Amino acid sequence: MNTQTPSPEDILNTAQSLRWEVGSDFHEHLMESMYTDAARIADRAVTRPDEKPRFDLDRTIDRLVTSRAFGFPLMLALLTLVFWLTIAGANVPSRWLSWLLLDTLQPILKGFGATIGLPWWINGLLFDGMYLATAWVISVMLPPMAIFFPLFTLLEDYGYLPRVAFNLDNMFRKVGAHGKQALSMTMGFGCNAAGVVATRVIDSPRERLIAIITNNFALCNGRWPTQILIATLFIGGLVPAQLAGLLSAMSVVVIAVLGVLFSFLVSWSLSRTVLRGEVSTFSLELPPYRPPRIWQTIYTSVIDRTLIVLWRAVTFALPAGAIIWLSANITFGGVSIAEYLINFLNPAGLLLGLNGVILVAYIVAIPANEIVIPTVLMLTVLVTGTSSMGAGAGVMFETQSKVEMITLLHAGGWTLLTAINLMLFSLLHNPCSTTIYTIYKETRSLKWTLISTLLPVVMGFVVTFFVAQVWRLVAGIL
Amino acid sequence: MNLKNWRQTFLLETNMTEKIQTQSTSAPCETCPVHNAANLLKLGVDMENWDFVVALAGNPNTGKSTVFNALTGLRQHTGNWPGKTVTRAEGGFEYGSNRYKIVDLPGTYSLLATSLDEEIARDFILFGQPDVSIVVVDATRLERNLNLVLQVMEITNRVVVCLNLMDEVRRHKLTVDDRRLARDLGVPVVPTSARFGQGMDLLLRAIHEVSIGETIGKPYRVRYESPALKHAVEQLVLQIEAAYPDLPNARWVALRLLDGDEKIAEAMQKGELGDLSHGNLAQRATQLQVIGNQ
Repeated sequence: MNTQTPSPEDILNTAQSLRWEVGSDFHEHLMESMYTDAARIADRAVTRPDEKPRFDLDRTIDRLVTSRAFGFPLMLALLTLVFWLTIAGANVPSRWLSWLLLDTLQPILKGFGATIGLPWWINGLLFDGMYLATAWVISVMLPPMAIFFPLFTLLEDYGYLPRVAFNLDNMFRKVGAHGKQALSMTMGFGCNAAGVVATRVIDSPRERLIAIITNNFALCNGRWPTQILIATLFIGGLVPAQLAGLLSAMSVVVIAVLGVLFSFLVSWSLSRTVLRGEVSTFSLELPPYRPPRIWQTIYTSVIDRTLIVLWRAVTFALPAGAIIWLSANITFGGVSIAEYLINFLNPAGLLLGLNGVILVAYIVAIPANEIVIPTVLMLTVLVTGTSSMGAGAGVMFETQSKVEMITLLHAGGWTLLTAINLMLFSLLHNPCSTTIYTIYKETRSLKWTLISTLLPVVMGFVVTFFVAQVWRLVAGIL
Repeated sequence: MNLKNWRQTFLLETNMTEKIQTQSTSAPCETCPVHNAANLLKLGVDMENWDFVVALAGNPNTGKSTVFNALTGLRQHTGNWPGKTVTRAEGGFEYGSNRYKIVDLPGTYSLLATSLDEEIARDFILFGQPDVSIVVVDATRLERNLNLVLQVMEITNRVVVCLNLMDEVRRHKLTVDDRRLARDLGVPVVPTSARFGQGMDLLLRAIHEVSIGETIGKPYRVRYESPALKHAVEQLVLQIEAAYPDLPNARWVALRLLDGDEKIAEAMQKGELGDLSHGNLAQRATQLQVIGNQ
């Protein structure tokens, strides 16, 4: 060895030649000694009370929830239970909130506006437009979210979500996607924008793109209220009252499962056409079940999830309320802007088994899915001219009772087909603007952002069109 | 009045009350972890003017993020599934009179840099040269978790093992002897239940002692029995130490080079290892930046 300080090249050369000396199984030896040492040290530190294997509750539960036979039925049953609790539990506080915010506070505010001499249009814009839209969003969304999110977070905290991922992993692999897509999809059930960010756990760009594009097929919390409300009104109404809650919950589960199936279908087609490639493997550790910290979970899910989502909805509802009110009150030749739009889109809407009102509502709701239902109801009031329901054009509901709501929708020409297609279209349409922006930020590609945006909406048109045609065909025969 | 001034005034005031408190209490209180933990100032994302950098490593799903949140007061989303920390989270806290910046690394099973996660974690521990590396381990799965501890200890001797999920240990009716473990590993071992905030005072104290150099770890190093390997490592270590006299982990670098680690070879050629050897603070700060931007 020379006495000078060796240069990096010298060292690397020495290493290169020494590598021949130590042999090719060096790496295995290295790992082996490390594992042996770890085992020895661990063994010295840990003592088990008895050495014979005890009944392991975790393992027994795992065997059940990830079994071939019971895994999926249990998953569906658990989801149904969560929705049923949400639907049943949200009813009373929703009614109470709408009584407070809509029936009581709104007339007081409007009366106050008139007393201090506000011009009718400012008064209308503020309290019939912006205030009502916001109040509606709060009374419809807050109770289900305050029940759904803690329940979902409890399941997550307990360790159930990785089991869901474990169950779905095989299927995702079969359709050519990454197993971790099950995780990002589960996140998408909360919020698609969060789900898109969660795809960062997937290393391969090809599989990550698939996960991003299909994340929209996981119903997000902006859409749960729409699903739950329409299911309660139209599908729950088909059966006696005792069964209504359960059937509504099950129909929401059907839509959610349909979303997962669409996710598989699209992943499969993408991985066989534009995004062809190898499936990468990964190891998913099933974490131990941990008793959830109930109060902390409720606290954080209320603060972190419920209020943040609600705040977002409110910030979008305020301007949307103003726009709706204005479009309903600015007229050209006796016809308001909203009516022009509705009449223009109505033929297309009817062809899809929907109507012009729903399509306009989805345009208004691009910033946030949460305001679809308020917009639909308000525009329906406008079209049917049911002036008794509100104090003028562009006024959202003052009466919350379900009977009146469904009477109004029937007057607007709604049928069971409209309801089912609305639920389908709510599942299959463009992501909200936040998600679109997130997709762009994550992919940095205009092309993939456009594809992720347009693909679902095109699918929505195709699916609702076919459902409507088949429905009408069958109805014609009967 | 701008917010920053206000904040500084506020900090000054809290420091003053602290002084008053310490004057009135007797000397043993100051060294008691309970007293100091009560003075923990969770700084959230405010990480300016930090004195020490703390890295938080560990296997996936051992409660790293829970420890992180408990120390910083942040509410980074924690979930009971492996791999939920996708990006590196950073936060700060103040303990005693020092400000700490803490970096939550992605959960990994090893530091062999076979995946992006492992590479991020390893690069930070190696090039970021944190003052303390906490390895959070799942006490109920000690054997598997120790693999990572052993690997981290190859790189740095400034290690604190956070023996987390002790509540689970009790639930499974196991006993884990943390003193025995600390003796065998040669670094501080702190049993905690981060989910319930238990043991955080002792963890803070251990972090503090290692960062100010009061506790100096003598980490256990894995023995490699093969004589050929021993010879090769010794020869290489000699050269590396001659070239980089202040490098703390010449043996680890030698092993990585023998294993054909491209990344380390590249770091050596580019002179990054040399920077580590006589790393001054300014350089280290920029290196932190570079890694942070990755």
